[in-house]
Amino acid sequence: MQQNRLLIATRKGLFILNSEDGRTRWSLDEPVFLGHIIQHAVADPRRPSTILAAAKTGHLGPTVFRSLDNGKTWQEAQQPPAFAKANDGSTGRVVDHTFWLTPGHPREPGVWWAGSSPQALWRSEDEGRSWQGVRGFNDHPDYALRTEDPQGGTPDGPVLHSILIDPRDADHLYFALSGGGVWETRDRGENWTPLNEGMATVLADPDTPPSADTPTSLTWQPIGSSHDPHCVQLHPLNPDILYQQNHCGIYRLERPASRWTRIGRNMPTDVGDIGFVVGLHPRDTSTAWVFPMDGTDVWPRTSPDGRPAIYTTHDAGQSWQRRDQGLPERGWFTVKRQGMAVDQHDPVGIYLGTTSGEVWASTDTGESWRQIAAHLPEIYAVETA
Amino acid sequence: MRVLIPTPLQSYTGGRRLVAAHGDRLADLLDDLDQQYPGIRFRMVNEQDQVRPHMTIYVRGERTRQLDTSLHECEEVVILQALSGG
Repeated sequence: MQQNRLLIATRKGLFILNSEDGRTRWSLDEPVFLGHIIQHAVADPRRPSTILAAAKTGHLGPTVFRSLDNGKTWQEAQQPPAFAKANDGSTGRVVDHTFWLTPGHPREPGVWWAGSSPQALWRSEDEGRSWQGVRGFNDHPDYALRTEDPQGGTPDGPVLHSILIDPRDADHLYFALSGGGVWETRDRGENWTPLNEGMATVLADPDTPPSADTPTSLTWQPIGSSHDPHCVQLHPLNPDILYQQNHCGIYRLERPASRWTRIGRNMPTDVGDIGFVVGLHPRDTSTAWVFPMDGTDVWPRTSPDGRPAIYTTHDAGQSWQRRDQGLPERGWFTVKRQGMAVDQHDPVGIYLGTTSGEVWASTDTGESWRQIAAHLPEIYAVETA
Repeated sequence: MRVLIPTPLQSYTGGRRLVAAHGDRLADLLDDLDQQYPGIRFRMVNEQDQVRPHMTIYVRGERTRQLDTSLHECEEVVILQALSGG
């Protein structure tokens, strides 16, 4: 029988959900690192018994834990992500927390990538035991221009996230800065170029001509922290296709083009296309899922009108269908940027972790939903394992 | 000298509240602690050699955040961590 596992990273520890009967019944293990803030926990597809977890614990410094036995025992990184010590007299950068973990290219066992707050990219070549900063980005002369001020607007600090590796080329990577835009390298991180053409910001939309109330002193720029991608996904079947849930809309890009298309304009106008997360069908490049949220007024970031629903597209964003069967009629939670996971089964399973500590599952490609865990702490991230 | 370890860091010391460590300065003592209990220093002191916010260290009964504090004639170092939060 099919075995499934979900890694649930929460504000109060790591929880692991297991199903041994093909995703019907789920059991919750005892919490791991109870009381620790776990930002992200990811299993290594190259060696599935290995799990890495990014942790920050109350007032203690940030670190990364590693398990080689499916989460039974854990070891701490000998050298967690940390900036170089500044020269005497200057203010040095300090890692607040590691936010994102991505296993390396399939042909590079042992390599992992991580993103942190303040925004920086890290690489490990020894399965997460030691981490080194990627100097081509972290120490670039334009670092301060490219990234958001650590005291900037992003709650809990600006983050580097959505580290995506081209399965055809280990030197070709993308990542996203919230805020700061999408970035691409073709030389393993030595040089980075922005990939923000077509993306709106809160100040300006390149698809819309300037109007009388468009600020003239703050115009749209190809780089800069005004861009705010919330979640970017690379399609595993066709790595030339990227989907993005941005602070300002839902986008799709098909390389080698470099201009994003706002496919969220086709969402119902009373729902809009604001959200944190986007998920992709592993075998269909035209199917994607989003979980819209209220981006009006003071940005409640709960579902529009408190009516939770996933929206599905089967035609690459030309049309969207609402799917809410099984979800509560009214609910006031958020699914954060790491809070949606998609499995590889047929039919595909989709999992949502909410800020209210609930895990919702669909095992029919998003058509219907049921709750498989509740009463957990605030959920930051869900990953299949 | 003896060092009092706060509960959030006792996972490093095998659950022990009191441990022994040595050093002429506070920085040396923290290095010695890290040798004995790998990883414990970075959770108290950041990469710029600053004691992290909400961590407090007492030497000879006086609070300090300076790693060059002398431990001359000091018999006990107390490390405390605020449990504030929610």
